[in-house]
Amino acid sequence: MSPCSSARHVGSGNVGRNTTIIRSNYLLPANTAFYEWSLKLWEGLEQEIHYNAMVSQRGVLNLFHSDAQRDAYARRGNAMRIDGVDAELLDREAVRRMVPYLDYDNARFPIRGGLLQRRGGTVRHDAVAWGYARAADRLGVDIVQDCEVTGINTAQGRVVGVETTRGPIAANRVGLAVAGHSSRLAAMAGLRLPIESHVLQAFVTEGIKPLIDTVVTFGAGHFYISQSDKGGLVFGGDIDGYNSYAQRGGLATVEHVFEEGMVLMPMLGRLRVLRSWGGVMDMSMDGSPIIDRTPIEGLFLNAGWCYGGFKATPASGWCFAYAIARNEPHPLNAAFRLDRFATGHIIDEKGQGPMPTLH
Amino acid sequence: MRIPCPYCGERSIDEFVELGAADPARPAPDAGHEAFIDYVYLRDNPAGRHREVFHHAGGCRAILIVERDTRTHAVFRAIPAAEVRR
Repeated sequence: MSPCSSARHVGSGNVGRNTTIIRSNYLLPANTAFYEWSLKLWEGLEQEIHYNAMVSQRGVLNLFHSDAQRDAYARRGNAMRIDGVDAELLDREAVRRMVPYLDYDNARFPIRGGLLQRRGGTVRHDAVAWGYARAADRLGVDIVQDCEVTGINTAQGRVVGVETTRGPIAANRVGLAVAGHSSRLAAMAGLRLPIESHVLQAFVTEGIKPLIDTVVTFGAGHFYISQSDKGGLVFGGDIDGYNSYAQRGGLATVEHVFEEGMVLMPMLGRLRVLRSWGGVMDMSMDGSPIIDRTPIEGLFLNAGWCYGGFKATPASGWCFAYAIARNEPHPLNAAFRLDRFATGHIIDEKGQGPMPTLH
Repeated sequence: MRIPCPYCGERSIDEFVELGAADPARPAPDAGHEAFIDYVYLRDNPAGRHREVFHHAGGCRAILIVERDTRTHAVFRAIPAAEVRR
């Protein structure tokens, strides 16, 4: 029996509210290998779990707006291709043929081209939660819903089980995978993590006819947009930039994200935003995740996904299962160590610096 | 969220830049590797009362220590960092 305890019902966490993008367009070797494995698992996911997750490889297009940015994207595209990941550098006219409705001649941020990963795309996020839950259930995993972990029991430096709102569960191996609240759970075992919890907002417009058949990201800020199968345009931007567990963002960030959207795609101004929401993210200090053992024997940690956790879902679970079963990391997640901050092996994809608000 | 700047009065959060948790204190130079790793990277990350450094970048440019609740976004007070460090 492998019990899995969930504070609320399956799918009620961040997986139920996100912008559903999958991609593996990373620069650093550790990230490229891991996210590419994740993308490959996405490609075979529906057959594996026998559930229609609406995996749609509609492409992810990162726009660039300056010569320097083009060079950086060319470098990233080359790094991807060396590692066997698909990447195409498009010039301005090729981008225009793909997505003609953007503002190419914006005075401040003209579009010069883009880096395209055609195998990237979107996945129906709720179906991922439901499909995985059903597949796990069929494999013999007991999923206990509305059962919050209230304590982690240890003895002589080993984990021996957890306390929950519905009673204790004895276990000699425990994995923590609670994006957004990892610090609080780890604190139950006396651990402090290189993580802060921040709020990230996302938005959906009213449903419209098919308009955006890919995923587009703005290169002069942090803005990404796609269209859901229901017709709503789904978009988001940066974290609000301060610690929060409130699951509610601020208007200043709303304004900022909308401004970015208007710069990129002025026609957005004619649409009404139907919904917005804020989710709590585990922001790690270098912007990369942690899949590792902890100093407590038998206690494993899967945390620090920042706002990139959704695309990692299959590989994250795959590597975590491997690590727990064998008590050692898989080569794909070997770099995502908890102690990398102490040893200097940080994985800072964009070279931003050691603060969550920079990533 | 609005922050009561002691110099400018209550202002919108978009005038401020968050500079991280206020509680980690820089260890003595000879405190050792572990103490510095702790200072730079490890955080309490509380759900509740929290002290954070904010820079009033779009206002008076003061560095402030803001005490607030991370669960509700209620702001209790903001005081100049210089007064706290002394």
